[in-house]
Amino acid sequence: MSYSASDLRKGLKIELDGVPFEIVEFQFVKPGKGQGMYKCRIKNLLSGNTTDRTFREVDHIDKPDMEERELHYSYPEGDHFVFMDPDTYEQVTIPAEAIGDQKYFLTEDLNVSILFHNGKAINVSLPSYVEKVIAETEPGARGDTATNVLKPAKLANGYEVGVPLFINQGDTIRIDTRTGKYFDRVSKG
Amino acid sequence: MGPVLGIRSKLLRVIREFFHERDFLEVETPVRIPAPALELHIDAEPAGEAFLRTSPELHMKRLLAAGHKRIFQVGPCFRRGERGDRHHPEYTMLEWYRADADYRDILLDTKGLVARAAQEILGRTNLKFRGLEIELMPVWEWVPVTEAFKQYAGWDPSVNFDGDRFDLDMVDKVEPQLPRNTPVILADYPAEAAALARRKPGAPNLAERWELFIGGMELANAYSELNDPAEQRARFEECARRRKDLGKPVYPLDEEFLAVIASMPPSGGIALGIDRLLMLLTDSASLDDVLPFRD
Repeated sequence: MSYSASDLRKGLKIELDGVPFEIVEFQFVKPGKGQGMYKCRIKNLLSGNTTDRTFREVDHIDKPDMEERELHYSYPEGDHFVFMDPDTYEQVTIPAEAIGDQKYFLTEDLNVSILFHNGKAINVSLPSYVEKVIAETEPGARGDTATNVLKPAKLANGYEVGVPLFINQGDTIRIDTRTGKYFDRVSKG
Repeated sequence: MGPVLGIRSKLLRVIREFFHERDFLEVETPVRIPAPALELHIDAEPAGEAFLRTSPELHMKRLLAAGHKRIFQVGPCFRRGERGDRHHPEYTMLEWYRADADYRDILLDTKGLVARAAQEILGRTNLKFRGLEIELMPVWEWVPVTEAFKQYAGWDPSVNFDGDRFDLDMVDKVEPQLPRNTPVILADYPAEAAALARRKPGAPNLAERWELFIGGMELANAYSELNDPAEQRARFEECARRRKDLGKPVYPLDEEFLAVIASMPPSGGIALGIDRLLMLLTDSASLDDVLPFRD
């Protein structure tokens, strides 16, 4: 399967030498009397690096075998994590390295979007906010509602997060998965 | 769009004044034509049995052959499939031709015209374009194509010309390196890349063609015009063969043009994109900002 150069557009995913890329910038150029070309900035979907690449009108560009699946997190299993397809109940095992530090924010039944390339998970996106229970922190300072002064706290899985002084062990907080930081308190423990 | 329409109108008036002051005749030639000039990478829009012109070039040269010495034309040209920030399938072209002249004479006209347009529209002869300050007078940098390629792309396109590599390196390696604070004349292209230009005396691998770049944007293409009918026919036929190989439509040869160019005196001519000149004068990133209707 391949694209011709005139199919290229911003956001399209392509494959070069077996590596998936996404086109992040795209410009039609045609030097005087020369052929039409497509100047692209492309992002390597494995490394996240961007690079420039110009395609000619006659070029054929490989179409990657990519699939995005919405899965629900089930449980950890050694250095893997097990997810379930909510429609088929199929279990899907994803290696920890594909999830990276996002693994600390997984909660049971969390709806996660996973991008597969040639059947291999290459990117895992969590919802922007997840709820987590504080497993360990110094007792809270009652009545101190300031949110700009933080103290250390830990989740049950060992993740360390700075929380405001009024947060107690057993409280449920929301964490912003994009920054890994405390967002707000959901309920008291 | 309001102010841009006014600037476009003023620019057209300045252009006409400029050429009338220099004893040029404004002409109109057919827009719908049977035989668009054969160029490897320019595709014409079909119009019934004929085509919309990609340039008025062949008809204007017929007027030179008929004895007109200085002619100019402003009007629409059409190029199939060209759409981008700096391309639109229908656009406004200014072309002018001088008999008993060559591409250096055309350069003098061009400097005068661009500076005059800036002076009348902006009140100064320096441009602010995309964060650049560009002095339009007096120095325009003359950069030979072969020197630019040797320096920035590491090869000499006048030896073993490779059209694909030439185009790619032009946009990836050469154009980004050209000076931007002053207009640049990229000059003397490999003869293979100049279908209607005459060869450079003493350097037959090169053709007397230049392209004007201002602020990194290509604005105009000029030739010392080829007036040898045998060589012109051979170039058209070679181009037709290569278009056929690429699976592109092949247009008929313009026999009326070929029949008269032997009587065309040595001439210089140029095509300049009015919409791109408006982008420069209005500091616009895209034709979206200067075309009143964009499909």
